[in-house]
Amino acid sequence: MSARAGGTMIEVDRLSVTFGRGRVALEAVREVSFRVEAGAAFGLVGESGAGKTSVLRALAGLVTDWRGHMAIAGTALGRRRDRGFYKLVQMVFQDPYGSLHPRHTVDRILAEPVAIHELDDAEGRIRRALDTVGLGPAFRFRYPHQLSGGERQRVAIARALILEPRVLLLDEPTSSLDVSVQAEILNLLMRLRVERGLTYLLVTHNLAVVAHMCDRLAVMNAGRVVEELTVDDLRARRPRRPYTRQLLQASLGYDREAAAQLETFD
Amino acid sequence: MTQRPLLTVDDLWVRFPGRNGPVEAVRGIGFEVGREKVGIVGESGSGKTLTGRAILRLVPRPGQVTARRLEFDGIDLLGISERGIRRIRGRRISMVMQDPKFSLNPVMPVGKQIAEAYRAHFPASEREARERALDMLAAVRIRDPRRVYDLHPHEVSGGMGQRVMIAMMLIPEPDLLIADEPTSALDVTVQLKVLAILDDLVTQRGMGLILISHDLPLVASFCDRLLIMYGGRILETCRAAELHAARHPYTRGLLESLPRIDRPVRELATLERDPAWRDAPPG
Repeated sequence: MSARAGGTMIEVDRLSVTFGRGRVALEAVREVSFRVEAGAAFGLVGESGAGKTSVLRALAGLVTDWRGHMAIAGTALGRRRDRGFYKLVQMVFQDPYGSLHPRHTVDRILAEPVAIHELDDAEGRIRRALDTVGLGPAFRFRYPHQLSGGERQRVAIARALILEPRVLLLDEPTSSLDVSVQAEILNLLMRLRVERGLTYLLVTHNLAVVAHMCDRLAVMNAGRVVEELTVDDLRARRPRRPYTRQLLQASLGYDREAAAQLETFD
Repeated sequence: MTQRPLLTVDDLWVRFPGRNGPVEAVRGIGFEVGREKVGIVGESGSGKTLTGRAILRLVPRPGQVTARRLEFDGIDLLGISERGIRRIRGRRISMVMQDPKFSLNPVMPVGKQIAEAYRAHFPASEREARERALDMLAAVRIRDPRRVYDLHPHEVSGGMGQRVMIAMMLIPEPDLLIADEPTSALDVTVQLKVLAILDDLVTQRGMGLILISHDLPLVASFCDRLLIMYGGRILETCRAAELHAARHPYTRGLLESLPRIDRPVRELATLERDPAWRDAPPG
């Protein structure tokens, strides 16, 4: 699987994800479609329960009950993902406290993917990965509990990058961090994307983070894509749908008048 | 503030014993709160939550709270007995915590919990308390109070749970409400609705509100005044409307580190923390 520069890197077509069966079945994602060009950053935005994380998890192969069509770099995805897929696509999770093994050192956390993929030069790869995310060699033999939230998220990014993937799936990568630490991680992600020509799919509830990181975004509500728009349209307050307009208004801060006019969209 | 402030805090310290001497979590801060909305903003570890808890003497052991003055409506909060503070807690100063899931009793209907909060402070029959609780649920804009009254905490959404908490804290009609990240776990639109409820209560009942949060732009758009905390100290105090003119490098750094919707920023500013912010003598 090799991606052509400028071609479509991520293709999602009429994707549906259902949890449970029969009477208790919940359709978390309903016929969602979008494309992301190679080297672009695309945002999936919505409130809790919108289905945005389920889309990401279906792409990553963490959810298996899906229908529709998904492809990465022109290769259609099946139920199971092989090692080649994970060499191309890696994921960074929201909670850096939950996504690192508490009893493994940073060294072991980073060595594992190298071993699984039977790559050479583990030593050099680990040193370079730590260097890339701005952690010195002193961090290599520390345990996660000896790191701050921001340092842990850097380790999680290093782990994702050590296989030199082309695509990063980012699930609220800075939501549990202080704003000053968030700035450091967002700057790091921006720099890495330019340096390595990475393709990002970013899931977040934070419109400001999406505006900063992405070129285009899709707004989701109740499992569906409400609308797709460019970040320029978002900045100029030009969404077409009432749902997006309301989300944007609410994201701009407290306003008693706006609060009185909030509607529920189902 | 025209009249006497509701709350006066002067030289407040919170210390925890540590292996290498005491850890000072709150370091000699002072401020006043009237019948207004005051925001305490800071990152994790700034001491903002402990400041809120110290006012109600809820700092967990072995923490120690000292102050030159910690006075609410003429009452010395550190000097009065445990019984005395219990009469103030809930009844006159109330506190809303971040996550309703951990603050509500999981095996009791939410309405009953609100009614109980009322009966804890006022002599009332069960029926009276139920009526008051239903009124209060309506006041926090729950659409069908009678149905919600009988629901258990696991049956309500995050936004509804937080409104139930607020109803419970407000039913004794406190003079001062301390809200610690009351909306951080909520979606932005729900967040706005909950803040509007608090806003109206301050305006209509003349309550004082201390809003503790990490979300500087949100607090600035909601509160009248802001206290910016870092390392257990208040680094800057300003009117919310004048936040853009803030002078302290920490406040400026916080503002500049935020990604923006209205305009692109090439690279976000990262904070250079000056050890002097922490060490300067309390002023």
